[in-house]
Amino acid sequence: MNPSDSMGYAAPTHPTNSPTPPPPHSLSMYPAISIRQLNHYYGHGPLKKQVLFNINLDINRGEIIILTGPSGSGKTTLLTLMGGLRSVQAGNLSILGQELLHATKEQMTLARRNIGFIFQAHNLLNFLTAYQNVEMALEIQDITAAEADTRIRTVLSAVGLEHRIDYYPSGLSGGQKQRVAIARALVSQPKIILADEPTAALDKKSGRDVVEIMENLARKQGCTILLVTHDNRILDLADRIIYMEDGSLVSRSDVAAIAQ
Amino acid sequence: MTQKKKPLFLSWLQLRKERARLLVAIAGISFADVLMFLQMGFRGALFSSAVEFHHSLNGEIVMLSSRSRSLISLDRFTERRLYQAAGVTGVASVSPIYLNTIQWRNLDNKEIWEIYAIGINPEHQVLNIPGVEANREQLRQPDTALFNLGSRQEFGAIAQQFKAGETIITEIDERQVQIRGLFKLSPTFGINAYLITSDINFLRMADFRQGGLIDVGVIKLNPGADVEAVLAEMRSRLPDDVKVMTREDYATAEVAFWNASTPVGYTFDLGVVIAFIVGAVIVYQILYSDVTDHLPEYATLKAMGFRDRYLLMVVFQESVILAILGFIPGTAIALGIYRITNLATMLPMAMDLGRIVFVLILTILMSSFSAAMAMRKLQAADPADIF
Ligand SMILES: Nc1ncnc2c1ncn2[C@@H]1O[C@H](COP(=O)(O)OP(=O)(O)OP(=O)(O)O)[C@@H](O)[C@H]1O
Ligand SMILES: [Mg+2]
Repeated sequence: MNPSDSMGYAAPTHPTNSPTPPPPHSLSMYPAISIRQLNHYYGHGPLKKQVLFNINLDINRGEIIILTGPSGSGKTTLLTLMGGLRSVQAGNLSILGQELLHATKEQMTLARRNIGFIFQAHNLLNFLTAYQNVEMALEIQDITAAEADTRIRTVLSAVGLEHRIDYYPSGLSGGQKQRVAIARALVSQPKIILADEPTAALDKKSGRDVVEIMENLARKQGCTILLVTHDNRILDLADRIIYMEDGSLVSRSDVAAIAQ
Repeated sequence: MTQKKKPLFLSWLQLRKERARLLVAIAGISFADVLMFLQMGFRGALFSSAVEFHHSLNGEIVMLSSRSRSLISLDRFTERRLYQAAGVTGVASVSPIYLNTIQWRNLDNKEIWEIYAIGINPEHQVLNIPGVEANREQLRQPDTALFNLGSRQEFGAIAQQFKAGETIITEIDERQVQIRGLFKLSPTFGINAYLITSDINFLRMADFRQGGLIDVGVIKLNPGADVEAVLAEMRSRLPDDVKVMTREDYATAEVAFWNASTPVGYTFDLGVVIAFIVGAVIVYQILYSDVTDHLPEYATLKAMGFRDRYLLMVVFQESVILAILGFIPGTAIALGIYRITNLATMLPMAMDLGRIVFVLILTILMSSFSAAMAMRKLQAADPADIF
């Protein structure tokens, strides 16, 4: 239950100016995400089908990355593997220094606590208010009541919902719900945010707003973002763009240029 | 402030959001609880009323015909056996009792009802029933009797008239009999009302009965006498047309008779089981649809790093909350029905703490059993499916 045990809760959000160098196993030594020769398959026996082919990828802390590519190319699969939502089958994948190959169910559950997820559907709990939905993310953190309240209110105002705190999801628009979901993902100050087409259900304007809010907050917290999108209009918000095709990462100078 | 954040009461928040579903669940559990309470209440009333007479006997040992099985299945024996038993060391006194149903005429509407008459020696303290002790000696008078305070309205408003100071002369087997007092003995499933009179009056009212052939013998021992030794001695001396037993064994045998020779006990037990199953099915339905509806949300929680244990606790808590919310109105309604039944039938429908605790435990078991079944559905919440 204590999030500050194996996975470390000392976020790099407050840069340390301590004179002593961090101990050798400090989290900050590791890249946020490191992937080596990752392959993934769906199905069994004759139906077995490979969807990811020899993926190699390093994502540094604080980087904002957009992952794009045609439908069915394996983006969501890669994202669920990085998020510890699916077991790694072959190859190495480490999140904040923790290897996920052969990780136990409990290790995966704990690894997920360092990650904020933003889904295509907002996936809010419809029986909780906006405030309580955000509060849920703090249930598994060791935190005082006062600190929790301050953080929830701060993050809800940051996404522009200070007047909707006690609304249930049924009383919010699509964009507002997605903003609550972002607040929920960010309130625990995760080191990594994984977002899968967070703008897909939104109109053009609120889609871009939502991503900008997410980006601003994440930059303040020094958090790494990996965002899967088909939406070309937001590619310019990324530090780096990764392109995926038929289960492999490919370099494409044309998309990379947009980010420059 | 360093106070830790209070956890969200997720189970209650979730139940509360679906008002209609919550009310259906509460109503279903209350209904099951009321059914259970009623079955247990009737069963308890049956057995406690069936042995009220037995417990009132003023003697440690009871003698019966060896063929007697119950107050409603009696056989006679000669009172000589009782006087034989009086010779055993340790016996202080013996007293015969005559029992028979006789015809009672309701004076208001002239209807005839069977009443269970008890004939005792008015010189002896035979029955430890307050109204009887106070009025016993009045029964020396010819054609007098004491009437049952707890008897049903079919017999006429005897108790009310008596309390109002009226002289009550009633008709029993064509004889005019005066009621001289009231006593309290609950009706049973086999006996509607009792009448207590002297042995001499009894034989006049029940003129088909032969004096000296009695139904029950009450044997009082000297203080400090060894009951088991006295019983053993009696058994060795007496022929086997009679049996002797302690008063407690007499009551136990009556209960055993009702349990074994009538379907009543079994019927009520089955009723409790059926109520339990009905309740469990209702709670299962509610929790199952609740879990199914919230599956994507539960998958989201798993993705956020909540353990399976957390979700299992949510469902389990929901079941306990439902159990308690259903139990409270269920108990209140059952108390009301007990009272109404008691007024209408005079059956001693009494609630006791043991039964309340027992039904509460059954309710929680019922709900958590259903929760355990519904929880299997939680496995279907796969966090990988939510993208
Ligand atoms: N649970 C599954 N079982 C079997 N095959 C799957 C499963 N999920 C995805 N696939 C297949 O794996 C491939 C990659 O799917 P994935 O969802 O990762 O692609 P994607 O890049 O996210 O596509 P989109 O842009 O449409 O969301 C597809 O061919 C898809 O049909
Ligand atoms: Mg996808």
